[in-house]
Amino acid sequence: MLRPRVTPCLLVQNKGLVKTVNFSRPKYVGDPINAVKIFNEKEVDELVVFDIDATSKKCEPDYQMIQNLASECRMPFCYGGGVKTVEQVKKIIKLGVEKVAMSSAALENPALVSMIAEQVGSQSVVVVLDAKKNLKNGNYELWTHNGGKNTEKDPVQFAQELEARGAGEIILNSIDQDGVMKGYDLVLIDQVRQAITLPLTVLGGAGSLKHIEEVICKYGIIGVAAGSLFVFKGIYRAVLINYPSRFEKDMLLNNTYMLNERK
Amino acid sequence: MIAIIHYGSGNIQAIGNIYHRLNVPFVIAARPEDLEKATKIILPGVGAFDQAIRELEKSGLREALNKHVLHNKKPLLGICVGMQLLANSSEEGVLKGLGWIDGSVRRFDHARFIQATHLPHMGWNDVEPGKDNPLFNDVGSGARYYFLHSYYFSCCRREDILATTDYGGTFASAVNSENIYGVQFHPEKSHQAGIQLLKKFSNL
Repeated sequence: MLRPRVTPCLLVQNKGLVKTVNFSRPKYVGDPINAVKIFNEKEVDELVVFDIDATSKKCEPDYQMIQNLASECRMPFCYGGGVKTVEQVKKIIKLGVEKVAMSSAALENPALVSMIAEQVGSQSVVVVLDAKKNLKNGNYELWTHNGGKNTEKDPVQFAQELEARGAGEIILNSIDQDGVMKGYDLVLIDQVRQAITLPLTVLGGAGSLKHIEEVICKYGIIGVAAGSLFVFKGIYRAVLINYPSRFEKDMLLNNTYMLNERK
Repeated sequence: MIAIIHYGSGNIQAIGNIYHRLNVPFVIAARPEDLEKATKIILPGVGAFDQAIRELEKSGLREALNKHVLHNKKPLLGICVGMQLLANSSEEGVLKGLGWIDGSVRRFDHARFIQATHLPHMGWNDVEPGKDNPLFNDVGSGARYYFLHSYYFSCCRREDILATTDYGGTFASAVNSENIYGVQFHPEKSHQAGIQLLKKFSNL
């Protein structure tokens, strides 16, 4: 039986790990390689790392850092940040990365997704959609550049376009819930999940395993990613890398869809 | 000495790191002569089927593999697309495969896999060993490995199926015929279960 993926998502800024709230107020939480080593020991399902400097500072991906991370990872590794061209994606995959994520480049030029999928295969092409609710009309809109630029694109329509263009996975991130640790935006997830059949990973809002269980209970096979939950412990947000054990993860599904599977 | 075939991309480094930690000597093989000293060979996966076959031919490795694997009977482990290359053909491409294990590579489709609505098949899934074999002995049925693929190996001969996995239908997640092995999942990205499998391959 395929299992939902529970995925730590780490942010890199100035070569250090940070965690943001609503895409701002980055707090230093440690060294990336050290974090990967700990997540290896904890046998995480997958690991996602975003370099949040690369696009906004208009720099190339830091290939040396990517290679260091990829060769340390004993789990599937997805890298995102500053990726704009087919050549960059090929170069990153050669460094031992399974999946390469794009955001602003795909929003500006969706045809790029098809071009990359043809070259490296859909399974390695991930698009990150950073969504934010427009408080005037209640609609969700996609933002880029760390939440600095509103594309005014609709998440549902754009996710469908990405599916048609051969993307392999969508990471749906809620800017409003980022770092807040009060639970995922299930309304946003509902809209996108129903519109596409691609593998979907949701991000933004997890504050406890209960929140992860909620998503798994509702959607079954889905990727559930979290930042704060896996780097902070306790109400004072002390930095402590943590991750559920295999048993705890099994319990997250046990109550819900494993029972459905047996029916 | 294990030779890890290097023909473009794929997770060469991750496989090498695991053997490094296990103290198993290995060589990254990009040229035919790199296979001379090898006692075992790993054929990792790259993006697309045709591209992989082309790279193998261009580098002269295809001919060298024929010599070392088919004639000298060195054990070979194909990983992901590296496993799919062992087949006669693939729906992903138009070129012929190596044809070492009788079968074809097919896309998961709704007619055959009712529940496999999400493609690629991505994530951790159970692998059920089907026949007694040194790669999966002592593994039991609880072992999980990481999968990332949209095509699967359809074996012509039942006895070549080494293990199966369920994704809205059962498919061969590992194959074996004589000295030739293939796994659809990524042992180099499957934590302890994967490390154990790579270790067992090195002990064959």
